[in-house]
Amino acid sequence: MIIKERVIKYGDNVNTDVIIPARYLNTTDENELALHCFEDLDSDFAEKAKERKIIVAGSNFGCGSSREHAPLAIKASGIKAVIAESFARIFFRNAINIGLPVITSGEVSDLIEDGDELEVDLSGGTIKDITKNKTFEIQPFPDFIQGIIKSGGYVNFTRDNIKGK
Amino acid sequence: MAQKILASRCGREYVSEGEIINADVDIVLGNDITLPLAIEEFNKIGAGRVFDTNKVVVVPDHFTPNKDIKSASQCKFVREFARNQNIKNYFEVGKMGIEHALLPEQGLVVPGDLIIGADSHTCTYGALGAASTGVGSTDVAVAMSTGKVWFMVPRTIKFIYNGNLKDWITGKDLILYTIGLIGVDGALYKSMEFSGPAVSKLSMDSRFTMSNMAIEAGGKFGIFEVDEKTEEFLERRSHRDYKIFRSDSDAEYEKVYNINCDDIELQVATPHLPSNARNAAELSSIKIDQVVIGSCTNGRIEDLRIAAEILKGKKISENLRTIIIPATQNIYLEALKEGYIEIFINSGCVVSTPTCGPCLGGHMGVLAEGERAVSTTNRNFVGRMGHPGSEVYLSGPAVAAASAIAGRIATPEEVI
Ligand code: SF4
Repeated sequence: MIIKERVIKYGDNVNTDVIIPARYLNTTDENELALHCFEDLDSDFAEKAKERKIIVAGSNFGCGSSREHAPLAIKASGIKAVIAESFARIFFRNAINIGLPVITSGEVSDLIEDGDELEVDLSGGTIKDITKNKTFEIQPFPDFIQGIIKSGGYVNFTRDNIKGK
Repeated sequence: MAQKILASRCGREYVSEGEIINADVDIVLGNDITLPLAIEEFNKIGAGRVFDTNKVVVVPDHFTPNKDIKSASQCKFVREFARNQNIKNYFEVGKMGIEHALLPEQGLVVPGDLIIGADSHTCTYGALGAASTGVGSTDVAVAMSTGKVWFMVPRTIKFIYNGNLKDWITGKDLILYTIGLIGVDGALYKSMEFSGPAVSKLSMDSRFTMSNMAIEAGGKFGIFEVDEKTEEFLERRSHRDYKIFRSDSDAEYEKVYNINCDDIELQVATPHLPSNARNAAELSSIKIDQVVIGSCTNGRIEDLRIAAEILKGKKISENLRTIIIPATQNIYLEALKEGYIEIFINSGCVVSTPTCGPCLGGHMGVLAEGERAVSTTNRNFVGRMGHPGSEVYLSGPAVAAASAIAGRIATPEEVI
């Protein structure tokens, strides 16, 4: 699975409150959530996300509450992948479970810049920064997790598997 | 240790750190506030029946006995699901206790189990040598359908507790001290392993308290090795066979902390983080409005025994309320037989039926703006027990009971 898109870049400790503020949690409609995604951190996010569909960030991305609304809002904004130095544990699970690829890489946040074009190869385990002509190794997702992401989430994935039997 | 349990649950000899595996779970747990969402997802998957009616455990404990119409509807939804699915371990009010005290007491958890629960304090069962952790609602929906869920194999941080415990010190003081040392993300995504001569002397109740709070340091698991105390605890409660996993002597740890217990005083975590650990003795000027003794952290018999020892023959301060909540019906009954309930009532405390209640600002002791509580619970975030302008100081049972008498934060020596 290959994702070729440009980067929106953020810093460390991006928490679930800035991803989707609690005042919008009275809905589970992902399109409505997407309207307010990153509103308190970056008011231009929605505009940027029309053109650039990979988020690169520092450490502890998604810290804070366990709300599944946070990865849902990011995914519904059209973002194809989030690459960060580290993720908060429950955010990481929730993201995978709803089919949003989250990639951990210690080097990226220093070396990749806002606006760079990347080619992320999830099965091959590489991130290529096309703008800078550099390649980073990442631990590829096992087939199982790739399967979840391809199905569009853990619920769909499980449903397909049960049907397939 | 956690690594070995994860390997055994996906039928392999060995799994490596960072690897993602799909593993069989031994128990899937849900409560009255997290299960409704998981049931909706479960229905979307369309498996029809849960994978094993013995392995799904349902405990309506947060807003029960139903605190309002919304929670009554949620409980009804969960109850009907449990009935329709023929769930064996559904605990109705009357049998219900706070989930993380109830499951070990009922013998549902044994060493080597892999357990998930839609509640962050599911890590409590690490005290029994189980790998056990909190997850989101989608995970529970999938696990209820298939009996499997994916895991990333964590690295391990080892904590070795040496020396001797001072008077009144319990597991709560050790864990507050430890979180103070490493911070609220000090064990992010890691398995915490608690060991050393000082913790092997700890009661099972104190070990549950420590495992319970692993999540407050960001931990995925908080595990103890199985010893005679664990086996004695299980002998009286569980009929299940189990396998004991031990760390290899050459196991690799990301970090090892050596903690000398000779130096650890009674601890209090000040608002608004569990990592703000201080010596209780330094906080004696802090006046309080309410004391809560209970929760999945400290609502067990050891906690009530310590509180009763301190409150016996004394009156609580006229300036505050003291709410005591035995975590399960059996603990309540034992406290009654031992005469603790009488001591509490005579000293001016109120004793409640088991419930999470005030711990999450739900009911049975919500705080008003500007009020301060000393509580034996596990979180003191902004607004955790009520109004965003209220404050929670976390402590063990000894400081809580002494503070109830003094009307301010106090240690037992000051009131006995
Ligand atoms: S007692 Fe508090 S921390 Fe424990 S399960 Fe209930 S609400 Fe959660």
